[in-house]
Amino acid sequence: MNSMVQVKHSEAVGAAPGIGVKPKVIARDVNVYYGEKHALKSVDLDVPERSVTALIGPSGCGKSTFLRCINRMNDTIPIARVTGKIEIDERDIYDPTLDVVQLRARVGMVFQKPNPFPKSIYENVAYGPKIHGFARSKAELDEIVTTSLQKAGLFEEVKDRLNESGTSLSGGQQQRLCIARAIAVSPEVILMDEPCSALDPIATAKIEELMDELRANFTIIIVTHSMQQAARVSQRTAFFHLGILVEEGATETMFTTPRDRRTQDYITGRFG
Amino acid sequence: MMNEHTAKAFDADLLDLTQKVAEMGGMAEKLIADSVEALARRDIELAKRVVAGDAAIDALQHDTEEKAVLTIARRQPMAIDLRDVVGALRVSNDLERIGDLAKNIAKRVTALNGDFHPQKLIRGVEHMATLVLGQLKRVLDAYAGRDLTSALAVWKGDEQIDAMCTSLFRELLTYMMEDPRNITFCIHLMFCAKNIERMGDHATNIAETVYYMVEGRAIADPRPKGDTTSFASMQAS
Ligand SMILES: Nc1ncnc2c1ncn2[C@@H]1O[C@H](COP(=O)(O)OP(=O)(O)O)[C@@H](O)[C@H]1O
Ligand SMILES: [Mg+2]
Repeated sequence: MNSMVQVKHSEAVGAAPGIGVKPKVIARDVNVYYGEKHALKSVDLDVPERSVTALIGPSGCGKSTFLRCINRMNDTIPIARVTGKIEIDERDIYDPTLDVVQLRARVGMVFQKPNPFPKSIYENVAYGPKIHGFARSKAELDEIVTTSLQKAGLFEEVKDRLNESGTSLSGGQQQRLCIARAIAVSPEVILMDEPCSALDPIATAKIEELMDELRANFTIIIVTHSMQQAARVSQRTAFFHLGILVEEGATETMFTTPRDRRTQDYITGRFG
Repeated sequence: MMNEHTAKAFDADLLDLTQKVAEMGGMAEKLIADSVEALARRDIELAKRVVAGDAAIDALQHDTEEKAVLTIARRQPMAIDLRDVVGALRVSNDLERIGDLAKNIAKRVTALNGDFHPQKLIRGVEHMATLVLGQLKRVLDAYAGRDLTSALAVWKGDEQIDAMCTSLFRELLTYMMEDPRNITFCIHLMFCAKNIERMGDHATNIAETVYYMVEGRAIADPRPKGDTTSFASMQAS
């Protein structure tokens, strides 16, 4: 008789979900209030390094609010109050001695609507490295701009018109420009808030392909309204509902056999 | 039962799939019963109807598959819905195979035109068929009701059919050794028994599919294995 006991559900043990690799971002008991409104309720989440984590859930459930906690963007909203703990590489990012400007360089963000500066394509990408003092010479800056555009899969399309305005590009190209701009300051974490919802299917496919390449070097957290997109691009998925993190797990499990009834109802389109 | 989908037409699609599978199930049951009756009574007309009935079940399987593929393309089902569609595909496949096996039995009816027809052997085959029919009925109910308990009972019940098949083989062997003129008939009957045993396996597959549809994972423990017919016979203990 085989006396070995096989533990199948490693996830069932302990407070931290069993993500298998070292978490890059750790959230513990995170609450966000907008004035009286309790928008995010005691969220615990581990985000694994070098992977894509998707945040899904109905509108207004707190996905963007949670995303904004990770680069302290909520600090810029006067009525917002954040409690709890968020660590990146085991360092508390709400530590009062932490430099928020540096934090935002380490945690880049891409928004729903592509928002290039009304400047040249080159300047859009060069801006961050310049203000952070990443380049000591023009040659170094050129190098950063080129590799960032390459990593964002845009270089070939724009290499002959780097001086044209960023806003002259198509929507999909603008979004990849914003990704290049985020990459240029060598962030470790990239937050994306519905980055494809203003794009057509081909431009969307290009961004998804890009995310798959970028996850070799970056930790990506993406908010998406498309369940199919979450299923395609992410390794982990977290489902939010009414400010609560209902369920989090491996994407393949979340979309085939979710544990919670609310998750099941949402991903199968049974939410009223 | 589940809540309704926000898109009502999605519920209608899933229901339509389940109903198609149920209809195929009814056809498969009838084909099993008819094929064995045709065999027992050597009723060539009935055997012909079985062959025609198999074509009908094939057509319905084709329909079901198309509908399932269309539902996937149109609704991009997730989780329990996806398992529902995959389940319908798999069950319809098993039912279609049961139809083929019934047809194989029916085709042998015309070949059984000698004088040697020991009723005892025929009864054995009929008895196996009755058991398989019971298994199929039960598993189709389990499918319709997404009923784990019944599905598991069917899954475990297959052992008995395998055991019967093995003992029937041994008996057939004794007849063949007794008189070589019995060999043709016995071989035909052996194939029929094997076909029925395979039908039982398909019922078991369906039980596994029902389990998967409900639980989202495969049945864990190894399936009880009673069938030793593949190398049976000669090493009887
Ligand atoms: N700046 C804000 N001021 C006040 N309430 C806000 C603000 N931002 C978000 N909220 C509220 O917090 C809740 C969560 O919003 P949000 O994080 O944007 O949800 P999601 O991104 O999931 O759609 C909503 O009820 C929303 O109205
Ligand atoms: Mg949002």
